[in-house]
Amino acid sequence: MSTGIINDIKKSSAGFDINKIRGDFPILKEIVHGKSLCYLDNAATTQKPKAVIDTLVKYYSEQNANIHRGVHYLSELATKEFEDARIKIKDFVNASSEKEIIFTRGTTESINLVANIFNKGVLKDGDEIIISGMEHHSNIVPWQLIHDQKKIKLRVIPIDDNGEIIFEEFLKLINEKTKLISIVYISNSLGTVNPVEKVIEAAHRHNIPVLLDAAQAIQHLKIDVQKLDCDFLAFSGHKIYGPTGIGVLYGKKKLLESLPPFQGGGDMISKVTFEKTTFNDLPYKFEAGTSNIAGAIGLGTAIDYVSKIGLEQISKHENEILDYATESLLQIPELKIIGRAKHKSSVISFVFDNIHPHDVGTFLDFEGIAIRTGHHCTQPVMDRYNIPATSRASFAMYNTKEEVNVLVKGIKKLIEVFN
Amino acid sequence: MDAELKELYQQVILDHNKNPRNFRKMENANHFAEGYNPLCGDKLNIYVEVEEGKIKDISFQGSGCAISKASASLMSSMVKGLPVEEAEKLFEKFHAVITGKITDEKEIEELGRLAVFAGVREFPSRVKCASLAWHTMTAAFKQEEKTVSTE
Repeated sequence: MSTGIINDIKKSSAGFDINKIRGDFPILKEIVHGKSLCYLDNAATTQKPKAVIDTLVKYYSEQNANIHRGVHYLSELATKEFEDARIKIKDFVNASSEKEIIFTRGTTESINLVANIFNKGVLKDGDEIIISGMEHHSNIVPWQLIHDQKKIKLRVIPIDDNGEIIFEEFLKLINEKTKLISIVYISNSLGTVNPVEKVIEAAHRHNIPVLLDAAQAIQHLKIDVQKLDCDFLAFSGHKIYGPTGIGVLYGKKKLLESLPPFQGGGDMISKVTFEKTTFNDLPYKFEAGTSNIAGAIGLGTAIDYVSKIGLEQISKHENEILDYATESLLQIPELKIIGRAKHKSSVISFVFDNIHPHDVGTFLDFEGIAIRTGHHCTQPVMDRYNIPATSRASFAMYNTKEEVNVLVKGIKKLIEVFN
Repeated sequence: MDAELKELYQQVILDHNKNPRNFRKMENANHFAEGYNPLCGDKLNIYVEVEEGKIKDISFQGSGCAISKASASLMSSMVKGLPVEEAEKLFEKFHAVITGKITDEKEIEELGRLAVFAGVREFPSRVKCASLAWHTMTAAFKQEEKTVSTE
């Protein structure tokens, strides 16, 4: 074991055992190009603890059946596991009812779901949606797709040089035509933690609902939807140590009840004739077809795992790593950090004058370091800073200062070769 | 550097990345195309002056990774003076090498200085970087313009 990891253990508080946590993630032992894997691409997806992997194996080995329809033993077992996962998620985000927790394929589908039902149930020509200048494409394109059918306007909150939204400009965008504010909680390319409490408060003064894209927040910050008072919250399972292909849309019950269904099919109906269909109650009204049952149950286990360690402990550790990494990278004169917001979480984007991010990514890969390079599905952010792409290191609960040192060493080697 | 990585980033490629040849805007070009790789945001403008079916002059501008920049640089110095058809044939062969369809060392050698890109075949995600300039050049051949916009 390296001394860096030992130091980390010593510094961590009693409840946070980094060594034990790393041991829970089998993939962290992998060797890449002859080097120990240094996984710093957690904003793209997080690795899975053994508990989640075991849950998937157990589900398919011992529990697999379709849910909500069979009367046989396995179907009832699978249904119970699936609905238990929903309750775990409800408790995790402190929703007032499990009826407010809708399973989707991920954040993208959750946002598309809201866009779709708002288009059918709320939006008229001339209406406006407000988003921010640091949205992921998945919170831009769904609204543009509506734009093709109706004359709605997408208003964009500008961001400043540090990567923070300009709040006064946001307030100016609100008017009587604004029907929804859809904003990212934590930026995936800049790491900015947006002041969503203030955004929600301002929006609610005008009775405008708010959707929070929490894809990068759910695994780092304690989210209480009742305290935040957000109207919708979207996130993905795979970014919080759960399986891919499963995600969640939280929505306030009253709002969800007032809106039309998303897709049609099995499970979302209560009675079907060829003339008319009555729809099922929440949350099933929005869950047409067979869900990703194993994924939902696996997500439940991931949430148990995170809860056991505690999000407060996790974010404390991650912030330490972020601060250490920021400090270390700032020592490299050739490197420039993109995104210097006061309140950041777990993401560092950086560029070099003469080295393209793609070369950075390939070079560091041979040091065993996994980072993301490219535009991170936020092309407007790249345009805002007049850069084609960035390199991004992003952290999770299992990352160590030693790994940050490996990154810094790799970057120094890279500069030697390319400059 | 790791051996496989050294194969990709050969000294010639690193040199051309640092000091790209024919890296300028051409005012009297009669063919022009914009190349764009949405995956990584690489942008490449290729300017060509074709006279009597031959490439009289070729230049490029833009931003990209070492592979795409070096590829554009080496391409421009290799095809200058060639008939358009031969340049297109060269691209076919080049493409076959970087995608691993041609692996015979002798055939690769026939590419001359372009043979340094053979290492790209081990990196499927970088094939587009190496071929962007070539795709843009062949697009430029088809796009005739009296004068290239200076905007």
